[in-house]
Amino acid sequence: MSSETRLLELRAVTKSFQRMLVVDNVTFTVRPGEIVGLVGPNGSGKTTIVNLISGVVPLDSGQILLDGRPVERLSAFRRVHLGINRSFQVPKPFRDMTVAENIRVALEFGGRGGGADLERILTDLDFVAQRDQPAGALTVNQQKMLDLARALATRPKLLLIDEIGAGSNPSELAGIVALLTRLAARGIALLVIEHLLGFLNRLTNHVIVLNAGSKLFEGTLKDASADRNVVAAFLGG
Amino acid sequence: MLAVLAGVFLLLPQVYGNRSLLFTMMTFIALAQGLNLLYGFTGYLPFGYVGFFGAGAYGMSLLVLYVHVAAPLAVLGGGAAAVAAALILSPLLRLSGAYFSIANLAASQILFLIVANPSLAGVTGGPYGLNIEQAFDPTASYGAMLVIMLLACAVAVFFRNSRFGLGLRAMTLDPVSAEMAGIDIVRSRLVVWLASAAVAGLAGGSYAWDISVYYPEAVFGLQLSVFAIVFALFGGVGTVAGPILGAVLLYALYSAIGISLPQYFELLYGFLIVLLALFLPDGVLSLFQRRRSAVSARLKRRRTGVL
Repeated sequence: MSSETRLLELRAVTKSFQRMLVVDNVTFTVRPGEIVGLVGPNGSGKTTIVNLISGVVPLDSGQILLDGRPVERLSAFRRVHLGINRSFQVPKPFRDMTVAENIRVALEFGGRGGGADLERILTDLDFVAQRDQPAGALTVNQQKMLDLARALATRPKLLLIDEIGAGSNPSELAGIVALLTRLAARGIALLVIEHLLGFLNRLTNHVIVLNAGSKLFEGTLKDASADRNVVAAFLGG
Repeated sequence: MLAVLAGVFLLLPQVYGNRSLLFTMMTFIALAQGLNLLYGFTGYLPFGYVGFFGAGAYGMSLLVLYVHVAAPLAVLGGGAAAVAAALILSPLLRLSGAYFSIANLAASQILFLIVANPSLAGVTGGPYGLNIEQAFDPTASYGAMLVIMLLACAVAVFFRNSRFGLGLRAMTLDPVSAEMAGIDIVRSRLVVWLASAAVAGLAGGSYAWDISVYYPEAVFGLQLSVFAIVFALFGGVGTVAGPILGAVLLYALYSAIGISLPQYFELLYGFLIVLLALFLPDGVLSLFQRRRSAVSARLKRRRTGVL
């Protein structure tokens, strides 16, 4: 794989919290416009990997490259300016701001210039009717979509999506699948953490399975479900 | 609003004789507003805010005494001294909540103890204070304080209405999300911290110029911090008018009964703080804002036909 086809590259990324190894020597790449699923049992290090890539927590060792450039020492807002953004498992909107203001903050400070505009994001994420509502009044699922809207306002090349499907009903899930597929078609690479494997199956064929902080498997979801190590990790064996 | 404030303090000395009270009131408006810049817009409450005031006073006076700088320039130097102190103390911003407040309080006391140290009597006057009578010019120092007070209010207006201010609001609501919106929160906080220190330093410089003979306690006294905090909280932090209103009302009250009957004043003060904390955490201004938003909500409902 030549470096032009690598948008994101993790090289031997390692992180521990108080001597507890949470991410252990993880290496993988994501190509532009690609959707990669990140799965694994609770506590396997998925969210920590998203935190490390987005710069919310610092890593202990290893490298994170975006477009071939090391970013692991940059602060989070600089990584945002380079094109990395994310949503949060527990959504974190600016609760006292309106929906439109939430997005406007990211448009003002996203640092990636033109292209993104408020109306298009409101339409894309179905927020037109709620634009003047305070973000704190939205449902949790809507707040997750608002995180995504804020991320899109910074015109990301890579979106890290942390459990956006949890708690949604089937028709909402279908809408999220359609939206994420559309974003990938625009060239945004997506790294999607998800427990709902059926949902993930509709999004992508490329999954990485983590267990206890290590990469256990990388390949298609179908092969993963046939892999003895993966089955053992999920069912306990 | 700034024009009204300027007009009031320009005209009042013509009709009201107690110039010293007006000067001190302007000092407290500047300090309450300067504190509001930091606390109201970033959530960091500096108990040791008076340290910057003292640094400004001593910076100004030492420049006059040893470098023979003209007083207005020396006031600017006092502001620079406070900014330098703030730069040195900027790692405190890594602390949060009460830890920041207490560390800042300790820092201001360290500065006070250094300045007031008898071993430094040859330089800072130590516990005996300083005398810069040669620069005494009450009209000019009154004007300087007026300008500084307006400057502090203008910065608050900027924080309320600019792109920079939008970023500050986002940071206080959720710092992690603010970073994800692309905001450099470390730099923004530092800018506010330095601006807030500069206001206190400039105010300290003009204050020293005005009183011209003073003991270290006069410019490092903890009561100055407490007053600035209470005045700002009373009026309402995060607004422009709140700290002005708080400083004017409460300092007037203090002047009326605080000096002649200090025990009653402190009693009243204590009650006020308790009542504020319990019933009006957003200050007196929020009373009017709440009413206004209730009215506008009623109007909106009527327009959309809900009622």
